[in-house]
Amino acid sequence: MDKFTQLTSVAAPLEIVNIDTDMIIPKQFLKTIKRTGLSRGLFAELRFNEDGSENTDFVLNKPAYRKAEILVAGDNFGCGSSREHAPWALLDFGIRCVISTSFADIFYNNCFKNGILPIRVTPEQLELLLDNARRGENARLTVDLEAQTISAADGEMILFDIDPFRKHCLLNGLDDIGLTMEKTGEITDYETRNTTERPWV
Amino acid sequence: MSASQNHGNPRTLYDKIWDDHVISEQEDGTCLLYIDRHLVHEVTSPQAFEGLRVAGRKVHAPNRTLAVVDHNVPTTDRSKGIDDPESAQQVETLAMNARDFGVEYYNELDMRQGIVHVVGPEQGFTLPGTTIVCGDSHTSTHGAFGALAHGIGTSEVEHVLATQTLIQKKARNMRVTVDGQLPEGVSAKDVVLAIIGEIGTSGGTGHVIEFAGEAIRSLSVEGRLTVCNMTIEGGARAGMVAPDEKIYEYLKGRPKTPRGDAWDAAVRYWDSLRTDDGAFFDREVVLDGARLPPIVTWGTSPEDVVSVTGVVPDPDQIADEMKRQAKWRALDYIGLRPGTKITDVEIDRVFIGSCTNGRIEDMRAAARVVAGHKVHERVKAMIVPGSGLVKQQAEAEGLDRIFRDAGIDWREPGCSMCLAMNADKLEPGERCASTSNRNFEGRQGFKGRTHLVSPAMAAAAAIAGRFVDVRDWR
Ligand code: SF4
Repeated sequence: MDKFTQLTSVAAPLEIVNIDTDMIIPKQFLKTIKRTGLSRGLFAELRFNEDGSENTDFVLNKPAYRKAEILVAGDNFGCGSSREHAPWALLDFGIRCVISTSFADIFYNNCFKNGILPIRVTPEQLELLLDNARRGENARLTVDLEAQTISAADGEMILFDIDPFRKHCLLNGLDDIGLTMEKTGEITDYETRNTTERPWV
Repeated sequence: MSASQNHGNPRTLYDKIWDDHVISEQEDGTCLLYIDRHLVHEVTSPQAFEGLRVAGRKVHAPNRTLAVVDHNVPTTDRSKGIDDPESAQQVETLAMNARDFGVEYYNELDMRQGIVHVVGPEQGFTLPGTTIVCGDSHTSTHGAFGALAHGIGTSEVEHVLATQTLIQKKARNMRVTVDGQLPEGVSAKDVVLAIIGEIGTSGGTGHVIEFAGEAIRSLSVEGRLTVCNMTIEGGARAGMVAPDEKIYEYLKGRPKTPRGDAWDAAVRYWDSLRTDDGAFFDREVVLDGARLPPIVTWGTSPEDVVSVTGVVPDPDQIADEMKRQAKWRALDYIGLRPGTKITDVEIDRVFIGSCTNGRIEDMRAAARVVAGHKVHERVKAMIVPGSGLVKQQAEAEGLDRIFRDAGIDWREPGCSMCLAMNADKLEPGERCASTSNRNFEGRQGFKGRTHLVSPAMAAAAAIAGRFVDVRDWR
């Protein structure tokens, strides 16, 4: 997994609430056995017209936002299915940070496994960030994970909360499985205890 | 045992299951949690097995893992194989991974095959007091047995395969109490839609929900599965109901349940899985079950609910700008206008099935409504049993005859038009009464329009060609 430390980028405003994972990546793109190449499915039904041409109204198709690495989105982002294809598609497109007032739990979790930073902000802060995002190149955002800050164009600074363990893993690009496998002894101890305490499991 | 364990204080059902599965806890509360049961399907697992292969890792506890194909399989005769090459590849990949890693697997021709969340309980793989995960958000279903069950992403699937654990922080406790007796014609599906309407699709975010109250207790095991299934649509990863006699009755003798002395010891332990008096809930919601009507969704979010006797609401009544716009967008997509009576909404398609409503009681409820009737001339209706065993049982009861006589398609088991990953899908603009769990844009097919309802409501809509109040049926 890639590390996440600091990021300065144009932010794309996605002013829709309850953006679900079906919207982020529709099911026809789930029939893959790979993690890569999913950007073509990202927001497919919003980004493309029925004939396959680009929908020029959609924010990520506008010249100012084609290279955005930050998304600023409406409440309850990532609700719906558990498909990790959603963060894979975002990452493959180049998005490394999503900011919203709230995230669905599974999506939020999936982001951290893929080096994407999801940031929760208050409704007032979201308004401010959307305002910046609407200004495209004229108002880039800087996200600093170590300092837990988002700096907006006019000097405003937002402090955000993040779980310390997740922060540590993201800053260092750590692989969870490797960390857990170091605890194999504790896991087998638990299993041994379980064979007497709850043998039916 | 873990530091979070505190037998002095009253604990919730969730607290108890959590405490019994904590292997270790860090200072910041991050825990390593043991996972008792892992269900695997073809869509969210290939990258996880691939990860194991690349790292040269094994499956830590293959006997705690059960794999089944469901999302991609066609619901027509599949003895001749799967036409769609990508679907076929995913199915073959799961078969290969199960073989290579020594995991039990039900293929598309196995009588036990079906939707993963129907199969788990049916086989007795799902047990009270266990931790259960699957790379699928509707894993919450299994909480009906008093288990801690939730969906995970593919990276976590790999983590569980490799270590039989998850790294987790504890969620908050929330209780939803539904008091009173449900009126005739009002089902578990209506209960859970009403709950989602009440709390909203992010109402349970960060929480584990315990469902309680007279209306919940009096639901059958299958009804509780329906309620817990849609916990995720209310934003909570897991929902649960305390286990009781009904659960033990259901489980006894199923293939993977304990026998003899082990069964008795298990029941003693399961009996202890009740929320203690005075246990703390961060959030409480109470609904009056006796006042619930049959419910229909009108928009593109499961929270867009309305009574079958109601009308499509007016988004202009909403103060928040972004929410108002979202609801206008939903109405535009679904092709309805504010003020339209729900019973005036005409439908083109009916889908009865899914992990929400694809069990035998759902088949029976639909059959009771359609018996002796014919499907409306405009409507195409299909019923997809949740598993091979549900199909077998329904056929033994003659339900398939009732459906066929009414002009309804009777299919092979799988997810089918719940998410339309196989050939079953809506055409653009088609309007469907569906017993599934998501009415998102494009969920059942590009530009398809979904209204979530109970099996009885869907069956009645198939006959009438529009929504009708099942309480008045015949
Ligand atoms: S029936 Fe629908 S919701 Fe259930 S597992 Fe299948 S696709 Fe998911």
